Amino acid sequence: MISMTGKSIRRWWVLFTLPTCAAFFIGFIAPFIIGVYLSFTSFTTVTDSQWVGLKNFQQAITDPEFMHALWLTVLFTVVTTVFTNIAAFFIAYMFTRAMHGANLFRSVFFLPNLIGGIVLGYIWQLLLNGVLSHWNRSITFSGVYGFWGMVMLVCWQQIGYMMVIYIAGLQTMPSDVLEAAQVDGASSRQTLFSIIIPLMMPSITVCTFLTITGGFKMFDQNLALTNGAPSNTSEMLALNIYRTFYGRIGFEGVGQAKAVVFFLIVATIAIVQNRLTTRKEVAA
Amino acid sequence: MNNKMKHEGLWVTLFAAVSLAWLFPIFLVVINSFKQKTSISLETFSLPIGRAFVGFDNYARGIEQTDMISSFGWTVVVTVGAVFLILLCTSMCAWWIVRVNNVVAKSMYLMFLLNMIVPFQMVMFPLSKIADTLGLNTPWGLWVIYLGFGAGLSVFMFTGIIKSLPQEIEEAAMIDGASVPRTFFGIVLPMMKPSLVSVAILQTMWIWNDFLLPYLTLDLRKYKTMSIAVQYLKGGYGSVDMGALMGCLVLAIIPVIVFYVLCQKYIVQGITAGAVKG
Repeated sequence: MISMTGKSIRRWWVLFTLPTCAAFFIGFIAPFIIGVYLSFTSFTTVTDSQWVGLKNFQQAITDPEFMHALWLTVLFTVVTTVFTNIAAFFIAYMFTRAMHGANLFRSVFFLPNLIGGIVLGYIWQLLLNGVLSHWNRSITFSGVYGFWGMVMLVCWQQIGYMMVIYIAGLQTMPSDVLEAAQVDGASSRQTLFSIIIPLMMPSITVCTFLTITGGFKMFDQNLALTNGAPSNTSEMLALNIYRTFYGRIGFEGVGQAKAVVFFLIVATIAIVQNRLTTRKEVAA
Repeated sequence: MNNKMKHEGLWVTLFAAVSLAWLFPIFLVVINSFKQKTSISLETFSLPIGRAFVGFDNYARGIEQTDMISSFGWTVVVTVGAVFLILLCTSMCAWWIVRVNNVVAKSMYLMFLLNMIVPFQMVMFPLSKIADTLGLNTPWGLWVIYLGFGAGLSVFMFTGIIKSLPQEIEEAAMIDGASVPRTFFGIVLPMMKPSLVSVAILQTMWIWNDFLLPYLTLDLRKYKTMSIAVQYLKGGYGSVDMGALMGCLVLAIIPVIVFYVLCQKYIVQGITAGAVKG
């Protein structure tokens, strides 16, 4: 069913939709379709592609460095998601209570988010190399060092962002429910685990989703902090894909196949997340 | 929830200490930007005093080596232009999608949702080739690319807001003889103001700091953004001039802090609005 105004609006599609749709075609639809097609071909430029079927995908999943990057990324995502969310929730919980200086602390915690990944990477490289130089080592001493360096960096960066979302969630929490709990004599621990956390599920799922996809897609910080050194042991998925494309001649097809695998993983997480969000929500 | 806290003094002290620690990495870069090259890597934690102090030399060298001033200018051009174009075009498109709501509009909406879950690596190679072929490897070409690749989130947030606007006002305006563009720009757009600010903030934070997209699409001989300039300085060949790098890092942080101080309220509002469930 379409309203009368809807009909007159529809006639204006050229002005209202064409600019966005044209740019969307150039910036997304066309590269996406070409990207999917290229993952089944061998190519060095878009015009010289030759169909090779699933060979690229086979090479991608048998590439030990790709599998290493995949597991490292999964591990990284799990660690940063758990730590960031617990810390951010705790900080938000403390700051929504009457506490002196909470506004100032909140501003400080949020600050690192606004700085770009490349710059953050070099800031932490300076700090970590400065600390590690006491033992005559650097952040590129081994993949383990690089991994924990990135974990620290990303937690430092993301906690403030998630804190803002949690604070917004806590502030819109219905106060009558909390008052009722207090009247009934619930301890603050009971209130937290039986009332606040269940009511905060929408914020918790949003933040988990943001930290998980953020962890999977992380590129700039990885490039700046370790650049995969030593010998690609601290290389994560996005960086591995980038270097397959631009670092190894003749592997462009494999790089594109890896990118498709990467897309499928991220898309699956997004869809699963969406299902969970709509199911877990508790009405106040 | 303004319930009282036990041991408030203790918590305030703890958070004050953690806040100082939180700022320490940035503080460390600032003090090192005033130090001599050699003492940056040898005595990272010492203060810039005595012979180590070099004043603003590092800044001068950093600006000279990376052409940071013009990189700053290009970053402003790219960000402001792209954000303006995104706000204008996607708000119009979102309104059309919500009000027309036919098969075409619905499938467009699904496409924009797909855009939100596709990582950049998926499209980077074809996109950089397309940008080269179409001559979009300039800062103004990037406006179009950002409008295309960043459309998903904006359209999604705008459609959510437009659905909550009362349609009767628009109908009344059109019955009174207002044209469709006049109805949109005179009535709908002013009502969308808070969401326009939120989308502007989210897109600014993304585009200002974005590295890989401009790195792959821009003609780097002519144009660099600030992130690219920093990466060039560090990732180039030969030994790295740590002094110049420190200067450039501080120069890259300053605009961000100015932006933060000016727009803190809107940043919080933007992030909260962007955290709507997908």
